[in-house]
Amino acid sequence: MNLRLICYGITKDILGGFEKQIEVEDGMTVGDLKKELTGRFPDFEKLKSLRIAINTEYADDQSILSTNDEVVLIPPVSGG
Amino acid sequence: MRYSEVKMENIEIVLRAETLLEQEALDFVKSDGSGGVVLFTGTVRNMTKGKKVMRLDFEAYEPMAVSEMKKIAVEAVSRFELDKMAIHHRVGILEVGEIPVLIACSSAHRKAAFEACEFAIDTLKETVPIWKREIFEDGEVWVSATP
Repeated sequence: MNLRLICYGITKDILGGFEKQIEVEDGMTVGDLKKELTGRFPDFEKLKSLRIAINTEYADDQSILSTNDEVVLIPPVSGG
Repeated sequence: MRYSEVKMENIEIVLRAETLLEQEALDFVKSDGSGGVVLFTGTVRNMTKGKKVMRLDFEAYEPMAVSEMKKIAVEAVSRFELDKMAIHHRVGILEVGEIPVLIACSSAHRKAAFEACEFAIDTLKETVPIWKREIFEDGEVWVSATP
C-alpha cells in the first residue's frame, strides 16, 4: 500500500521534504514502519526518539497503518 | 496557519504566529473565587551552551499541538482542582526576548496553581508536537533532536 508521510522538524531534513510517499506492505504496524524508515534512512538512528502520530493521536508500535491515515513523523519535540 | 484556538469555560488554548500577551492569558484565568494566579512566561534567551543565539524558528503540527495542549489543560484543571488554565504558544520566527509560551492558571489556593503551572510546562515539553530551530551566526540546529 501507499503511505503518505508528513514530516516535521529534523525528519523533514532526513526525508528531504514535508511530504513523502512510500510503498509498504499492507497492514504494516507502526513499529515495522519505524524499522523500515531506519533501514532506508540510517540518519533516523541518530534521533533521541521517533514517535508516529496517526490521525492526530500518538500511536503505539502495535497500531496498524492504513493507506488513508494521516501519518506524521514526530521527532523529539522542543516546544516551550 | 495564523491562528487556532480552543475556548471552553475554564480552558483557553491558543496557537498563533502573532505576539503573545501576558495580560490576555491573565485576563482569561482570573476569577472571583481564585485566591492565586500563577503565570509562567517562556522567553527566548540569547545563549545556548555558550553559543550566541540570533533567533528561534518554531513549527507546529497544528491540529495535534492544539489537541495535546488541551489534554494538558484538562488534566491540570482536574488534577489540581484549578479554576482556569490558559496555554498560549507561538509559531514562526522569534527574536531574543520574545515569548514562545505562556501558561496561566488560577486556583483557590496558591500551592495548587504553582504545581499545576509546572506540571503543564513540563508536560508540554514532552508531548506537544512543536519543534524549534536555534539559529546561530554560523548555522542552525533542531533543538533536542539528537543526543
